Amino acid sequence: MMDDTNPYLPYTAKILEAWFETPGDRCIKTFKVSFEDEKVRDTWSHRPGQCAMVGRLGTGESMFCISSSPTEEGYLRFSIMRAGKNTAALHELEAGDTMTVRGPLGNSFPVEEWEGKNIITIGGGIGQAPLRPVINYIRANKDSYGDLTVLYGARTSEDHCFKGEFEEFFSEGTTCHLSVDVEEEKWPHFVGFVPTLLMEVSPSPDNAIAVTCGPPVMINFVVQNLEKLGFAPEQIYTTLEERMKCGIGKCGRCNIGNLYVCKDGPVFSYATLKKIPEAFA
Amino acid sequence: MGDYKFAKTKLAEVIGAMSDYQVVAPVESGEVVRFAVVDDPAKVTLEFSNTNVPPKELMFPETETLFRFRLGGTDLEPEVPDAAARRAVFGIRPCDAMAYTIVEKLYNWDFPDPYFNNRREATTLVGYACAEPCANCFCPSLGGGPGSEKGLDSIAFDLGDTMYLKTLTDKGEELVKALGGVLESAGEAEARAAAKQVEEAEGKIRRSIDTEGIAEHLPELYGHPFWEQFSDRCLSCGICTFLCPTCHCFDIQDESEGLDARRARMWDTCMFSEYSLHASGHNPRPTRKERTCNRVSHKYSFFPTNFDAIACVGCGRCINYCPVNIDLLDILEKSKQADAKEAQDA
Repeated sequence: MMDDTNPYLPYTAKILEAWFETPGDRCIKTFKVSFEDEKVRDTWSHRPGQCAMVGRLGTGESMFCISSSPTEEGYLRFSIMRAGKNTAALHELEAGDTMTVRGPLGNSFPVEEWEGKNIITIGGGIGQAPLRPVINYIRANKDSYGDLTVLYGARTSEDHCFKGEFEEFFSEGTTCHLSVDVEEEKWPHFVGFVPTLLMEVSPSPDNAIAVTCGPPVMINFVVQNLEKLGFAPEQIYTTLEERMKCGIGKCGRCNIGNLYVCKDGPVFSYATLKKIPEAFA
Repeated sequence: MGDYKFAKTKLAEVIGAMSDYQVVAPVESGEVVRFAVVDDPAKVTLEFSNTNVPPKELMFPETETLFRFRLGGTDLEPEVPDAAARRAVFGIRPCDAMAYTIVEKLYNWDFPDPYFNNRREATTLVGYACAEPCANCFCPSLGGGPGSEKGLDSIAFDLGDTMYLKTLTDKGEELVKALGGVLESAGEAEARAAAKQVEEAEGKIRRSIDTEGIAEHLPELYGHPFWEQFSDRCLSCGICTFLCPTCHCFDIQDESEGLDARRARMWDTCMFSEYSLHASGHNPRPTRKERTCNRVSHKYSFFPTNFDAIACVGCGRCINYCPVNIDLLDILEKSKQADAKEAQDA
C-alpha cells in the first residue's frame, strides 16, 4: 500500500472526528481519519497490530499503532498520547483538518493462527490502543474463536481509553475486567496494578493466547505472571515501541538485537523476545 | 574486460576527457584531501593514503531533501536523484567502494530506497588500489584488500610513472570509451606489476581481526562489564560513526523557511543519547555503555545476522580519529575473552 516507488511519501488523510480519551498533561486524543485520495482509500488494507507513521507536514511524523480493526470499515483510528513535539502538534488538529499517514508498516498479530483459541488481552494505559484492533477483530469474527477476556487497567478511571466501549463489552457478554492503580470513590471494579489483576482473574493457559501491551515495567511483570499461570512463551504476545524515523528498517534506531521493531515488529511472541536481552530495556 | 594505461603526467587530461560525466575525485582542500566535484582537473590529486571523510556522501549525502512542500499545503514534490545522470567517481579506495556493496543490502530490503539506489545507478566507480596502507588498515580481515575489486567498475594502479587501469564492468568499459583516445592499451607487464604491488601492500598491513565466532558471541555480552573499559572513556562525539563508510543511520527532520519547507534526512549516530530517546523520556540505551555495545554489536553481529555481511570494511577511520583512542579491534579482541555468564550476572 505504500507508494510503489518512494516509501518516504505519506498520504493525506482528513480527520472525520477527533476527541479526547483522557485528561491531563499526557492526554490521549483519538482521531478517526479517511484518506483524501480515493484510490488510496479503496485499496488500503491493514492487519490488526500494524502501524503507520502519522504526522503533520512541517512538524514531522511518528509511529503509532492503527487502533481500529480492519473490520471497522471506512476509516482508520489512531489514539495518540501527547508526549513530545509531534504529538503536541497532532493534538492541535480537529475534525476537518488533515494529517499525513504513511503505512501500513510492520508485522501484525497472527490472528488466523489463533483461530479456535481463547484470547486474553491485558492492557495498561495507552497500551490498550494496539489491543483494540485485536479485540474488535475477534468480536467481529466471534465464531472462529473461543472466549475473549479483556483485562484493562490505568492509573485512575479517567485514564482509561475507550471508556465508551466497556458497556458494549459487558452487554454483549465479553468478559471484561477493569482496574485502577489506586482506590477511588464509586469504583466498582478491581483496585491494584494490572499484573495483580491478572493473578486475581487467573485465566487458564489451556488452548489460550495472551496478548499484552502497556508500559515496559507492566509488560515485564505481566509476562512473569503469565508464566506463573502456566502460559508457555509461544502463547504470549506483545507489541513493542521504540523511537522511529523511517519506519522501514533503514534509519537504524529501533533495533532490539538484530530485529527492527518497525519492520520485524511491533508484534513479537515472548518466545522470540526471551532470546534478546535488550528487548525489555 | 580491458586493460589500459596512461602516463601519470596526463592525469588532468584523462580527468578532463570525462566531460560526459560529472566527475568526483580527491582534491586538496586546505590541509586535507577530500572527494569533491571536479571543476578544475588540475586540482585532482593522487597523493593521499585515504581521505579522512569517506565518500559515502556520494550515495548518502550528509543531508538530503526527500521532498518539498508548502506549509499549509498537501502537495509533495519528491526530489529523487536521476538514475540516468552520469557521474564518475575517480580514485575511490577499495574499502570505501566495498562499503557500498554492504549498505546497499539494507537500502533494498523490503522497501527499495530510490534516493540511494538512483545515485548508485548513476555512478561509475573508478577505484584506486592502495600501495601504502595506513597504520590501522585491516581490510583483508573483512574480505577486502588493497586491490579489492568489490563494488568497483574499474580499478587504477599507480605504477610510478604510469597509471594502469583495469575495467571490471560494462559501466567501467563505457567510461573508457567516453574518454576517446586518451588511454593506451596495457598488457601483461602492467598487470603483473599491479599484482606485485597489491601483494606488497598486503604485506604492509599490520592489523587484523579473526571474525570467527564474533557474531554469535556479541549478543551474549549485552550488559557485560567489559564494555565499560571503553564506554567510560567515550565522549559520545559520534566521530566513529560519521566517518564510517558503512554507518548508514539517519534522522528525518522537517525544515522550513517562510512557507517553503522540506522533509530531509541527515546523518545521525547511535552514539548520541537522543538517537533512541522516546518522547516519554524513556531511553532503551540510556548510557554510553549500551550505546557502545549496540554500535559494535550492530556492525559485527546484527548486520551479519540480517545480511550475511559484516558492516565494517577495515578502513581504520574509527580508530584513527577517535579523540580518546578507543580501538575497535581492541574491543573485539576483548569481547572474545569476555564470559557470557558474567553478562547475565551483571
